Amino acid sequence: MKYETIIGLETHVELKTATKCFCSCPAEFGGEPNTHTCPTCTGMPGALPVLNKKVVEFAIKTGLALNCEIQRYNRFDRKNYFYPDLPKGYQISQLFLPICRGGYVDIEVDGTVKRIGITRIHIEEDAGKLVHSGASISDSDFSVVDYNRSSVPLIEIVSEPDLRSPQEARVFMEKLRSILEYIGVSDCKMQEGSLRCDANVSIRPPEQKEFGARSEIKNLNSFRSVQRGIEYEEARQAAVLDEGGRVVQETRTWDEERGVTHSMRSKEEAHDYRYFPDPDLVPFVAEAEWVAKIAETMPELPDARKERLTGRLGLSAYDASGVIARLATADYFDEAMKHTGDAKSVANWILGDISAWLNGNNLEMRDFPIPAENVAAMINLVNKGVLSSKLAKTVFEEMLKSGKAPAEIVREKGLEQISDAGALALAVEKIITANPKSAEDYKAGKDKALGFLVGQVMKETKGRANPEMINKLLREKLS
Amino acid sequence: MSLCNLPAHELGKKLRAKEVSSVELTKEFLNRIAEVEPKIGAFVTLCEQAALETAALVDAKIARGETIAPLAGIPGAIKDILCIKGVKTTCSSRILDNFIAPYDATVIAKLKQNDAVFIGKANMDEFAMGSTTETSYFKKTRNPWAPDCTPGGSSGGSAAGVAAGEAAWSLGSDTGGSIRQPAAFTGTVGLKPTYGRVSRYGCVAFASSLDQVGPIARDVTDCALVLNAISGHCEHDSTSYNLAAPDFTKALHPDIKGVKIGVPKEYFGEGLDKAVEEKVRGAIRHLSELGAEIVDVSLPHTEYAVATYYIIAPAEASANLARFDGVKYGYRAPGCRNLIEMTVKTRTQGFGNEVKRRIMLGTYVLSSGYYDAYYNKAMKVRTLIIEDFKKVFGKVDVLACPTAPTTALPLGAMLDPLSIYMLDVYTIPVNMAGLPGISIPCGFSGGKPVGLQLIGRALDEMSVLRAAYTYEQSAGFHKMAAPIGGASA
Repeated sequence: MKYETIIGLETHVELKTATKCFCSCPAEFGGEPNTHTCPTCTGMPGALPVLNKKVVEFAIKTGLALNCEIQRYNRFDRKNYFYPDLPKGYQISQLFLPICRGGYVDIEVDGTVKRIGITRIHIEEDAGKLVHSGASISDSDFSVVDYNRSSVPLIEIVSEPDLRSPQEARVFMEKLRSILEYIGVSDCKMQEGSLRCDANVSIRPPEQKEFGARSEIKNLNSFRSVQRGIEYEEARQAAVLDEGGRVVQETRTWDEERGVTHSMRSKEEAHDYRYFPDPDLVPFVAEAEWVAKIAETMPELPDARKERLTGRLGLSAYDASGVIARLATADYFDEAMKHTGDAKSVANWILGDISAWLNGNNLEMRDFPIPAENVAAMINLVNKGVLSSKLAKTVFEEMLKSGKAPAEIVREKGLEQISDAGALALAVEKIITANPKSAEDYKAGKDKALGFLVGQVMKETKGRANPEMINKLLREKLS
Repeated sequence: MSLCNLPAHELGKKLRAKEVSSVELTKEFLNRIAEVEPKIGAFVTLCEQAALETAALVDAKIARGETIAPLAGIPGAIKDILCIKGVKTTCSSRILDNFIAPYDATVIAKLKQNDAVFIGKANMDEFAMGSTTETSYFKKTRNPWAPDCTPGGSSGGSAAGVAAGEAAWSLGSDTGGSIRQPAAFTGTVGLKPTYGRVSRYGCVAFASSLDQVGPIARDVTDCALVLNAISGHCEHDSTSYNLAAPDFTKALHPDIKGVKIGVPKEYFGEGLDKAVEEKVRGAIRHLSELGAEIVDVSLPHTEYAVATYYIIAPAEASANLARFDGVKYGYRAPGCRNLIEMTVKTRTQGFGNEVKRRIMLGTYVLSSGYYDAYYNKAMKVRTLIIEDFKKVFGKVDVLACPTAPTTALPLGAMLDPLSIYMLDVYTIPVNMAGLPGISIPCGFSGGKPVGLQLIGRALDEMSVLRAAYTYEQSAGFHKMAAPIGGASA
């Protein structure tokens, strides 16, 4: 039977504030274990939390970017549970009064724009990290705790159950990442856990109105695992229903290596977190004036950037989407555009050779060594006819190697395109003489032979010949 | 009279006049401790060496002719709920019996700036849960006025230590009356400041929305001096008031003319010991004779205060005490094979019965399905209690009433927790509303002190201190010394 899949995502985003959520310890990733700690973030007896205002500012910024209503009256709640990485025995979070409510994000899947609702955004602190002596907790002799991450600020973005496929879920996550990157609230490094999500997944027969029982998949920490985890889960639930079974509400964990989900706990053994307002933190008011000030600092968001690229700059929607997806890429594009008028070529280079090189070296755009100005200059050389597009690849390789400017490389290596008719005529003459059979074939109507001859001339000129001119010259000579 | 029976402000005068050195004074108190501690049991840890070092430092300052702070060089006892860096902070609990605080509580840091001498950590009810100091894991503290009786609680060690002359002043903490009630039982003066007036940073939390640190001393003047030293905004405590504290000694002049004192009728009902009522009413008459205007008032929601308190305080405590799990510090049960066993055994062995009782109570009232029926409802009643006080303080400046319904009880007399909870019936509403309140001695019943409680508006410690000082100076009970550690010691 065919089922419809209903997906809601809870995305955790680690904010890149300088200091932690409730103390002044550095919030940066890593560091020697337990060096970024103080009595407050290690839950020492008597220590108290004090709210970092920057955290609230970042949460409001996110809310504004996701079209949410910013709540005026705010408060923190305690979420109680025992775990060794949770130093106080409770996590400071927001349940009753989240800072943002009721927003949306537009995503584009297969050319169709779809609006996904945002239920709420709330602020909370992260926990510490368990380090096991063995491969996992069950086969370890002992485990130790690193509290460097304890009380690093997080926001949790909860979506409405508006997503209908694993692909939509993935695109939604990618869109969230680009928005969060653009507004500068998080570095969104999934491999470091600064962006991670849990997915609530259920399926229902198409004619059914109410949602089916859902499972919550934890531990989805890459875009790939978001898609695969949900795909696995919708197939698993469909199999249960097809066999006449009942899907039970439960929490499941995603095993990336084996590509399956495991049951963690059922609804019956679900935690009772015993939320209540944290009496150590006074309620705070997000004044309209302050929110307005934050709104003024909002940068151009991905959708607006895409519009600019497709509108004034005339890029295709496909190219524009590719360019704007990551902030570093979009900024690289804009930087290059300061030095050339050729948007299409810049996009092609970014989405083609540059992306390929980055992927091949497992690097990110922010690590790319060639200044955007130089790529633009290279494009300009091609457009001016100084450099052939073929030799542009050679220049590109050389820029990666030496970091030199393209004009310099062209000069040093003698890569200027030969557009001198006299010189080219000599070369063409030489090739025709050396390949009489091909010349005859072309004359006999075999168009393919021309390509071979062009190739030979290029070879003869070490790729520097202007291909259009060779074509023209060969045709003239052989007609 | 021994130096140990003088109030801190008089000792300060002697230090400045070089009649005595701080080292001599400190040794004098250490001798007193050696002498009476076997009978009293006020301390869980003594800080002899550090105390003598600070004293020597103060003596050097005096010798150099430097101006010293009012409490400089004068030994005080610190309730073992407050963190002093490098010193054991146990909360009188097994679960923290090996915990050495890695930082100073804000009040301790402030007192250090004042060169105050910390002579030791005072015994208390475990995690401040109790009203008799009998729930301490380590020892029972005895009342210097009646050794077979409790000193009250939970700051029983802080109160008994001052009453027995083992410390000139002390710090306690008051969540539902834990400074005022033991002060009443030991004939000392105990002040709970307005919630937020004194930083809670470094005071191990029992119930965060109710806890407040404050002084216990021999007289009102010393309370004002200690309050001066410890109050003020703290950047580590977001519930602390962000305003400069006044000089509380300015309230110390014996003048009460025209001050309106309210007498809440609900504080003189069933359960109030006849002799206690007589002494308290006598004190109120005395205030009237001194020129105060006495007004009968009503606080109609008083009867719900204890029930409400025993929902809110355990709820907060159940979360506050969750950090004691054997992972990071404190006691860890030996021989555990896994995480759950470690947490369960550590907490089972580490906490005493009263603490467990309240953790379970708190866990229950916060659990889903009961939250609205208990916690939420209690918060609403709390608002009504706050409103009661607001209305009354539109009419009067200070409220006068008993501190506790009885005098000090014999040790082990009350085995039923519910009847012990009723000992705080007159002090709890003050914490619920976050108001300042003081207990001062107003007479004796059967040789045991009776306490008069004066309550003020939020942040109006000045009126409370003024009324207390006026009565104290006229009545003179603060000059009486306890049989142990007092006149006969």
